[in-house]
Amino acid sequence: MINPDSVGRTYAGAKSTTISQSEITQFAAVFGEPNNSVATPTFSIRVSLDQLQEILTGPEVGINWERVVHGDQKFEIHRPIVAGDVLTCDATIETYRLAAGNEFINVRSDLRNGDELVCTNWCTIVVRA
Amino acid sequence: MQERIFKIDRELLKRYADASGDQNPIHQDEAFAKSVGLTNVIAHGMLTMGLVGQFVSDWAGGSSNVKEFSARFTKPVVVPANTSVELVVNGVATEENGLFRLELTATVDGVKVLGMAKALVKK
Repeated sequence: MINPDSVGRTYAGAKSTTISQSEITQFAAVFGEPNNSVATPTFSIRVSLDQLQEILTGPEVGINWERVVHGDQKFEIHRPIVAGDVLTCDATIETYRLAAGNEFINVRSDLRNGDELVCTNWCTIVVRA
Repeated sequence: MQERIFKIDRELLKRYADASGDQNPIHQDEAFAKSVGLTNVIAHGMLTMGLVGQFVSDWAGGSSNVKEFSARFTKPVVVPANTSVELVVNGVATEENGLFRLELTATVDGVKVLGMAKALVKK
């Protein structure tokens, strides 16, 4: 079970991630996107999911990642990610609900390059009973 | 919008795992997938969503024009070995304050694999 005190709180990701051109290019190639000057719309999941896993499985929240299923995902892209961005990721646990033993956790991730908000991602993480 | 078909096979799953960093074995290892109750290896939900994202970017004239994109993962896409499955993507565009609201569909064998798939784009 999630620590109930974590609902409503914001946790800062420990790392900042410097985005390389090669990772933008590799990600775009999977989808057949030839223009690599900016990242494709779902690229930020590479940053936010990694940071989320670290935050949500940490001692303060306490999710068992082996039982996690990705329920839904939303991206609000303020500007596209480009090579050279140094992104930090904060996670806010917005809502929590328990249904038939499954936990539904809505998390907002804010990705910033310095003070600039680049992308806001929401996801529902389902921890199966 | 005009319907488009994306092929998903095990090689694409491996490429997406490497590009995204999501190396969960349910997307690559058949024995592991079956051990956790799946019928076979399944595609990453974010791979399916990313393919629909490509459909959106191409319609909008590039990734830079995509402002919002969301979907629910309603049904896993099962990907057997040595073959590919067809992801059929389509959508309806409605103009809204100078932007376009897209209502998207993504199906495999006639079954919806994403729910409430939507995007907001500039064009």
